Amino acid sequence: MTFRARHLLGIDHLAPDEIVTLLDLAEDYVALNRRTVKHADALEGMTQINMFFENSTRTQASFELAGKRLGADVMNMAVAQSSVKKGETLIDTALTLNAMQPDLLVVRHPHSGAVNLLAEKVNCAVINAGDGRHEHPTQALLDALTIRRARGRLQRLTVAICGDIAHSRVARSNLILLGKMENRIRLIGPRTLMPAGAAEMGVEIFEDMRAGLKGADVVMMLRLQRERMDGGFIPSEREYYHRWGLDADKLALAAPDAIVMHPGPMNRGVEIDGTIADDINRSVIQDQVEMGVAVRMAALDLLARNLRAERGRAAAGVMV
Amino acid sequence: MILHFSNARLIDPEAGTDTPGSLLVRDGRIEGTGAPDEAAPEGATVIDCRGRTLAPGLIDWGVKIGEPGERHKESFRSAGMAAAAGGVTTVIARPDTAPPIDTPEALEFVTRRAADAPVNIRHMAALTKAREGREMVEIGFLTDLGAVAFTDGVRVVSDSKLLSRCMSYARGLDALIVGHPQEAGLSKGAAATSGKFASLYGIPAVSPMAEVMGLDRDLSLVAMTGCRWHADQITVAAALPALRRARDAGLDVTAGISIHHLTLNEFDVGDYRTFFRFTPPLRSEDDRQAMVQAVAEGLIDVIASFHTPQDEESKRLPFEAAAPGAVGLQTLLPAAMRLYHQGGLSLPQLWRALSLNPAQRLGLEAGRLSRGAPADLVLFDPDAPFVLDRFALLSKSKNTPFDGARMEGRVTGTWVAGRRVFGGEP
Repeated sequence: MTFRARHLLGIDHLAPDEIVTLLDLAEDYVALNRRTVKHADALEGMTQINMFFENSTRTQASFELAGKRLGADVMNMAVAQSSVKKGETLIDTALTLNAMQPDLLVVRHPHSGAVNLLAEKVNCAVINAGDGRHEHPTQALLDALTIRRARGRLQRLTVAICGDIAHSRVARSNLILLGKMENRIRLIGPRTLMPAGAAEMGVEIFEDMRAGLKGADVVMMLRLQRERMDGGFIPSEREYYHRWGLDADKLALAAPDAIVMHPGPMNRGVEIDGTIADDINRSVIQDQVEMGVAVRMAALDLLARNLRAERGRAAAGVMV
Repeated sequence: MILHFSNARLIDPEAGTDTPGSLLVRDGRIEGTGAPDEAAPEGATVIDCRGRTLAPGLIDWGVKIGEPGERHKESFRSAGMAAAAGGVTTVIARPDTAPPIDTPEALEFVTRRAADAPVNIRHMAALTKAREGREMVEIGFLTDLGAVAFTDGVRVVSDSKLLSRCMSYARGLDALIVGHPQEAGLSKGAAATSGKFASLYGIPAVSPMAEVMGLDRDLSLVAMTGCRWHADQITVAAALPALRRARDAGLDVTAGISIHHLTLNEFDVGDYRTFFRFTPPLRSEDDRQAMVQAVAEGLIDVIASFHTPQDEESKRLPFEAAAPGAVGLQTLLPAAMRLYHQGGLSLPQLWRALSLNPAQRLGLEAGRLSRGAPADLVLFDPDAPFVLDRFALLSKSKNTPFDGARMEGRVTGTWVAGRRVFGGEP
């Protein structure tokens, strides 16, 4: 077993063997989660705080379930509505929570790099649940697990990531992870939603979705993040759907056994046709949600093991 | 009072020379130069430079001082002490204070307060009232009271009609306008230069073209009005052709750049290090090298620190939310030595940009070693190595990107009008 990280701040900091370790452990938790009695004791006695500076229902629920199934005391802080409004800084909020001696801190924040900053100031393990348009590592890991289970491997696949790449932390974490695992990555979308410098990231870029989907093993659709936009990136939803929405016609160009993914929540009829999202032969969207809980359990478990080991060394007086 | 600096390495940016010699100062003014071992005149205080470098003091154009409004970040006294320790003998202060320097009364206030500083302080005034880009300030009164230039700082006057009127009016008074070339709409919210780095780190970014567009507009207005104009910072190679064309067309245009854009690039931000957040943001390595070349060619006239003190709270934030800017009065000279040791610039070339050119552009007598010039001098060892500790800086604020950096170039003495303002030993 190899997993050295103290925090899970991004995929960028993980080595391929650490990714494999985490996914293998997550497989065990998939099995556990399918049983009637879903309790494990990996986090027994530990305190997990979910600190969301940005509203989220799905991710927060996933982390909460993951922590509870592993036996942790889980607390949710909707920070977006509390101390920030009273003028408290991010670091002060973090220090306040840190003083309550949590063991695991799950953080989402609207600014890129905010979770890195926070991790420097606390002495518990920190998981990035999404920071600005930077990274969302557990999403990429759950996508990886979903792909590995559906396609039998996580290497040498052609993965098409389609939609609002520029504003998407999901896309960034995924392209880093899939790149580390030696897959061929295609980015598809209008130029207004393509990040600057994308051409230097070792990916292929397609404006034309049909060309980009040709022969793809995995089709990863992204949410059109309207709430993130200053406005004016695309002319209309209907033109977007016509050119970049995933429908049966376009999907027919991908490999015959290609799977369709979406991180949710979906805008049916904007980036994806509802019948495709619901097609159990192609869509793995519900699997992604299931894998999400298992991957987060694995991440919490591994970080807790490293935290215990670190504290054990500190207690034994070893220099850490 | 007669001072005799012997055994010096003299840097004369006007003559373009770097030679061993001695320098004679009488009553605060330079009397002349001579051989290194020239005998001191009777009654002179002799300062044996022991081979160290003696040059005109630096003129740092565009320094933010926290008075009025933010004295906890920097006062005239603390800025002046930092300047003296950094070999800066004239500080050109920015008007982007709170409130801004946009009335004769405000200018009188800072002029009075500036007496706290041991170095020369000259002031720029705002170009528009409250720096809001709607009405021009009293350029005439402010000029009479000693404002050396007019600028709204990094706030771009986006109303081109108003800016053209400001320029026309300034031309009638022969006043200098300092612009910040930037297309404000494009650069809104940006904290980095667009490209692979900013995209992977998810930092809101702006294309270098925003600077080119801002420059193109401003130069068109300069051509229209004929005013004297200076670009505070030109930082991208794509902006250089327009600058060269304007120069060739005979427009009265000069340009500056910050020392940070000449010595750092976008990758230095690393893991969201907020001390590396600047306006404009740090650029690509290609751009940085092109700008060093532009300084060498004289297309970029002025190097300055754009000293911008920020307290710890303004920087202990996520990158895009952190305040931009760095202190630089005390690190301008050692950072410039990087360009000498590694960038292929000679000391006379550097001193043209650090001292002579800003003096000439702002109508100051300093920046020269010739007879009659004020004895504003810096004595330093360009090779002396040290590791910078930000808490050892004399500024009230410690936000420097060079914390922990290995640097070369140690100031051992600074004189303003022949009076020693820094350094004990010779």
